[in-house]
Amino acid sequence: MGDFDVSVILDNLPFLLQGLQLSLVLTALAMTGGIVLGTLLALARLSELKPLAVAAGLYIDFFRSLPLILVIFWFYFLVPLVLGRPVGGFYSVLIAFTLFEAAYYAEIIRAGITSVGRGQVAAARALGMTYTQTMHHIVLPQAFRAMVPVLLTQGIILFQDTSLVYVVGLKDFLTSAELIATRDQRLVEMFLFAAALYLVLCFSASQGVRLLQRRLAK
Amino acid sequence: MTRLLQALLFAATLALAAPGTAQADAGDSPVLQRIEARGVVNIGHRETSIPFSYMADDGQPIGYSIDICLHIVDAIRAELENPDISVHFIPVTGQTRIALMANGTIDLECGSTTNNLTRQRQVAYLPTTFITGTKIAVRRGTDVSEIEDLEGMIIGVSAGTTNEKAIKAHIAEHGLNIRITEVKDHSQGWLAMETRRIDAYGSDDVLLYGLISRSKSPDDFEVVGRFLSFDPYAIMVPRNDSGFQRLGTAVLARLMRDGEMERLYNRWFAPGPTNINMPLSDTLRVAFQIQALPE
Amino acid sequence: MTYNWNWSILINDPYLGWLVDGLLWTLAVSLAAWVIAFTLGSVLGILRTTPSPTLRTMAATYVEVFRNIPLLVHFFLWYFVFPELLPDAAGMWVKREMPLPAFTTAVVALGLYTASRVCEQVRAGIEAVGSGQRNAGRAMGFTEQQVYRYVLLPVAFRIIVPPMTSEFLTIFKNSSLALTIGVIELTAVTRRIEEYTFQGFEAFTAATVIYSLITFTVMGLMRLIERRSRVPGMISLGSG
Repeated sequence: MGDFDVSVILDNLPFLLQGLQLSLVLTALAMTGGIVLGTLLALARLSELKPLAVAAGLYIDFFRSLPLILVIFWFYFLVPLVLGRPVGGFYSVLIAFTLFEAAYYAEIIRAGITSVGRGQVAAARALGMTYTQTMHHIVLPQAFRAMVPVLLTQGIILFQDTSLVYVVGLKDFLTSAELIATRDQRLVEMFLFAAALYLVLCFSASQGVRLLQRRLAK
Repeated sequence: MTRLLQALLFAATLALAAPGTAQADAGDSPVLQRIEARGVVNIGHRETSIPFSYMADDGQPIGYSIDICLHIVDAIRAELENPDISVHFIPVTGQTRIALMANGTIDLECGSTTNNLTRQRQVAYLPTTFITGTKIAVRRGTDVSEIEDLEGMIIGVSAGTTNEKAIKAHIAEHGLNIRITEVKDHSQGWLAMETRRIDAYGSDDVLLYGLISRSKSPDDFEVVGRFLSFDPYAIMVPRNDSGFQRLGTAVLARLMRDGEMERLYNRWFAPGPTNINMPLSDTLRVAFQIQALPE
Repeated sequence: MTYNWNWSILINDPYLGWLVDGLLWTLAVSLAAWVIAFTLGSVLGILRTTPSPTLRTMAATYVEVFRNIPLLVHFFLWYFVFPELLPDAAGMWVKREMPLPAFTTAVVALGLYTASRVCEQVRAGIEAVGSGQRNAGRAMGFTEQQVYRYVLLPVAFRIIVPPMTSEFLTIFKNSSLALTIGVIELTAVTRRIEEYTFQGFEAFTAATVIYSLITFTVMGLMRLIERRSRVPGMISLGSG
């Protein structure tokens, strides 16, 4: 293997950063989509309409029972079939992540909503607020405040999970590192660098979340 | 019984297809009909199947299989009497090619796909355009000339490939003491080779030559031994469309008759733009001759 | 749509056998990794609550390092990088002579990674028991060891049954990543069937159903156990 060669990292930095950019964009989009869809799912699950609640519950339990890697394969396979035209790997993966993470976000949001006491809901309804108004003005603002740290932590997990797109060869950060590792026979350098970068990014992010949590708790 | 049924069905489709092909229109071929309606032929191509189907530096798909497919496109234009039919290239992978062919997105898959009878339940194939099979790559100087010489050593195979099947069957059949290490794909297989995790790597010979030509020290490795499996590559088309299949077969037969096929082969393989340097084998030359059906 | 469905592929030889083997490998990886994760995670979790700042920092560092690197990278580090960092002879042993190299690596990587998550659950469990009980134990003249052995752990382990169940199910799902280093577990088998037969949808469906069924079965069983093991007067921790 030879000695540790930093130059292989420096030389390929632009290529690696391009991969990192894909990972970050995928994280941001899937997180946004996942939270929106997750909120809808959580509301549906808490709905008084029984069939709606059951359907949302099934969706959530089903996705939570599957390995993400299998979900990625499914969508890689299925999205072109459903749309009837080829879509880039990125969109297949984005759809897979959004639908998959929505199930996890839904559970976080549901916990957040139920943490807002029933009394408050009853009070709002007694004041003549509609269901939508109650949710919009009373429950969701408080719930999101309580949930923000958990949602962000799930975002960090999502960022780590994006490394799985490696299995369909989409050029995210890890795939880029692996391409260089195999091409230049520099796997020690590339994989250690990949690990270090993930560690620094995720650790900083989790410390940020911890700070925010402290501030929100005040 | 099923064979008889299949033969009858085959005869029936031929009988139905025959008048269609005589006319200058799409006839009863669903694929030709949709090409006529769209004004586009959708070709599925691979991105890294060198030199069969891969991306040129300018992002255009090129390769041996692509050149053959472009001849078929010309024949489609003539058949439909519409010279304005355009070509749309769609990248496919080992995981998506079946989904995209099944849903009608691609009309032809021009890559490096092995034709076998199990797969023919799902898709149809045009005549064979390349013949390869499982061989092994070893380090030069390891004194291995056949798989049997690997006794006590470790061989790597890419999990889920026909090569894995062939090598495992061979080892079991001959009671060889060779350990198998499965890897995720060819690049990891080659990594295992370079880091001496394995002593030999088994794959289609053409792919082994490709891996060696791209390694840092091509002189350290060599491909040895006889073929351990038979892998004929062919262009994939949708099943149950004998009209379209016949059109493709006719084009290939013509290319093989008039020597164009051999010229295409030499352009990509001997030595070829990637310096793969595999002169036309006698087997493939004979295959071209046999498949050169008369009009 | 001209896809030719052929569900019989799933019960045909050799594909049924592959699926069964794949499932067994999945279970083997999950269970073996769980033993590591549970043991090491419990020790780390206890260390994180001890009075010794050194031990607490050590355990906390382990958690941060392991938790903030994606599992897939752990697989690559153990499989590709670890043997290269060893002395030549030892590295070659790991690469070539170690029994079941891919399986062993997968178990170690998955076990050590999940230990960091288990550690956090155990810590949360011990903290949930409360410092009152700890002090009460000490006041009764228990040594530190006895406080853990007889007061904190029996309660802590009972209230963390639900989150531990979900950690086990996570390990079960995460075992599918072992395919990236060549373990032919359930997910890898579906790809192999696709490659051999072009009947990928059938194989994917089978794997999906198997994963779901097992998850739901485990969840159902654990709900029963949870009801039995519930500590009166204490709420069990949510399965976060």
